[in-house]
Amino acid sequence: MNSAELIAESGRIVDVAGKDAPLTVRGLTVSYGHKPAVFSVDASIPAGSMTAIIGPNGAGKSTFLKGVLGVVPRLSGEVRIFGHPFAQSRKRVAYVPQRASVDWDFPARVIDVVLMGLYVDIGLFRLWGTRHRQQAMACLDRVGMADFADRQIGQLSGGQQQRVFLARALAQNADFYLLDEPFAGVDAATERAIVDVLKSLRDEGRTVVCVHHDLSTVTDYFDRVLLINVRRIAEGPTLTTFTPENLQETYGGRLAATHIDELRLSAG
Amino acid sequence: MTFIEYFITALTLQAGYNSALVAIGAGLLGLAAGGAGAFIFLRKRALVSDAISHATLPGVGLAFIVMVAFGGDGRWLPGLIIGSAISSAIGLLCVEWITRQTRLSEDAAIGAVLSVFFGLGIVLLTIIQTMSSGRQAGLEGFLLGATAGMLISEAATIAVAGAIAALCVFALRRPMTLVAFDAEYAATTGINVRLTDLAMMGLALIVTVIGLKIVGLVLIVALLIIPPVCARFWTNQVGPMIGISAVIGGVSGYIGAALSSAASSLPTGPIIVLVAFGFFVLSLLFSPLRGALASALRHWRFQRRVHRRQGLLALARNEPIYDGLTLRILRQSGLIRRDNVATLRGRAAAEKSLRDEARWGAVRRLFPDDSVLDRYDGLTPIEDVMTRDQIADIDRSLCEREGMA
Repeated sequence: MNSAELIAESGRIVDVAGKDAPLTVRGLTVSYGHKPAVFSVDASIPAGSMTAIIGPNGAGKSTFLKGVLGVVPRLSGEVRIFGHPFAQSRKRVAYVPQRASVDWDFPARVIDVVLMGLYVDIGLFRLWGTRHRQQAMACLDRVGMADFADRQIGQLSGGQQQRVFLARALAQNADFYLLDEPFAGVDAATERAIVDVLKSLRDEGRTVVCVHHDLSTVTDYFDRVLLINVRRIAEGPTLTTFTPENLQETYGGRLAATHIDELRLSAG
Repeated sequence: MTFIEYFITALTLQAGYNSALVAIGAGLLGLAAGGAGAFIFLRKRALVSDAISHATLPGVGLAFIVMVAFGGDGRWLPGLIIGSAISSAIGLLCVEWITRQTRLSEDAAIGAVLSVFFGLGIVLLTIIQTMSSGRQAGLEGFLLGATAGMLISEAATIAVAGAIAALCVFALRRPMTLVAFDAEYAATTGINVRLTDLAMMGLALIVTVIGLKIVGLVLIVALLIIPPVCARFWTNQVGPMIGISAVIGGVSGYIGAALSSAASSLPTGPIIVLVAFGFFVLSLLFSPLRGALASALRHWRFQRRVHRRQGLLALARNEPIYDGLTLRILRQSGLIRRDNVATLRGRAAAEKSLRDEARWGAVRRLFPDDSVLDRYDGLTPIEDVMTRDQIADIDRSLCEREGMA
């Protein structure tokens, strides 16, 4: 039904799975050992949208992202990014990994991490120019971390680390941003700053996909959801897809009944 | 000539042709080892280089046997280097393959490969001992390094290979840095992580095989790892770290070679490693960034600040102070008298501490989300993080609250 799915958005008809959509996934399966972490998942993300990938712990949300980006090997399935295999669309994609995935005692300053986002641009031999430094500083400024440029990354708080990771992705100036749990363990001020940046990216016509944990903020932050529990449970606009029924199916018994009731109430 | 005089002559390359060759060769080797080792250290794969170095031994033995079988001189260094490079490359690929294809962890794979290859090498060396042309082969020198009678061609081989390794370090610094910091992100930007890792280990391999003659295969891992460990103490940036690491490696090689030529009974490789270890001890103790003395000093100062602050708050609230250290610190800074009664200055400082606490409380109420709250540690004076205007606002809000109460 995906390829045929048409939704009305602000009076326009948008083909959700258009040929050059930011992301089209067909039957993606990723497996660690002999147990699929993600099994035959389809997804299609339209341009200019902000999508939350939602599911319980161990449901394969992060693995789905990594499978899409080829960081972990795919067992089967097809992934198209802007209508091409990822290798050809690489420069239009920026990935923000989980904060906890790196060693923050690494010898680098905040600005050095952001400059990593420009490696592809600069190539192997050229030295950093003032232009690159300014670019990196602008990205830091956008996440409110310009004052920390020369700070050693090990001295940052969790929220600050997350902002630096986002700034590095911004430096890539991509059209499609994939973030793995950007709000995990960050302070309220950081969460707001990150949401603002992501929404501004979307308003510029770029596409954002986040693995997201906090069900209470989904309706505020995201206009689309992709519910995953190894298999795809549902995908679509938040309004019609983020329903108690779908959540029940995604989380099974693991989501407290009271939480579902809350959502039912807030959904009105 | 005394030992010291001879050492200085050796340092200034005046101690004869062979000593000068060895010192320059060892310096270049150390430079390349320090540079390549920096990435291995950052990628946390120090032990893989140990597997690589031990896996060179069967290659040395086989190369000798093959060269003798073809009627050549079995001790021809380039031939031995090529042989050792091939066998250690095989060892490296074995570690890689075992780790990827089985559920064994890398350290288990390293242990297996290291010991099997080394054992095989020792067997081959024993066989060579029994060959008629093998008596004076001197291949045992490759275990711990043997520099007596080094040829100009051998030194040149080491110099060229060292220069190539240094160039490769420069060329690969960006992908290797990114892979070491964040391999998954690196993969999404189009860097081939596996190839980068192989290139990094390839560099270690080059350093190892050219280091066989000088440092020997047992200890070469030390020359790869000690310099970056030292360098990490002195800097928080990758670029300078590679530079410092290379310089420490180079200087260790040079001084070590000079020392061992001054006392010709001392083996070159172990002396070089001991010199590098000397740099490690110096860094560990004296680095202002991460050194032991600096941390101890920081901790001591911090503890005193905490006690002072606690003591002042207790004074302001007219609570008794029981902690001996707190009393001593307050007395030393003239904030209380011998009978533990606050001096005038002590009173003022105590009131100031209490006001700061109240102001911080107001900051928490007024700006609950502000990142400035990260700076609250109960010690930082509020003037350090807030402007005068902000503090005035805070005080106004405090007054209003008091008024309401």
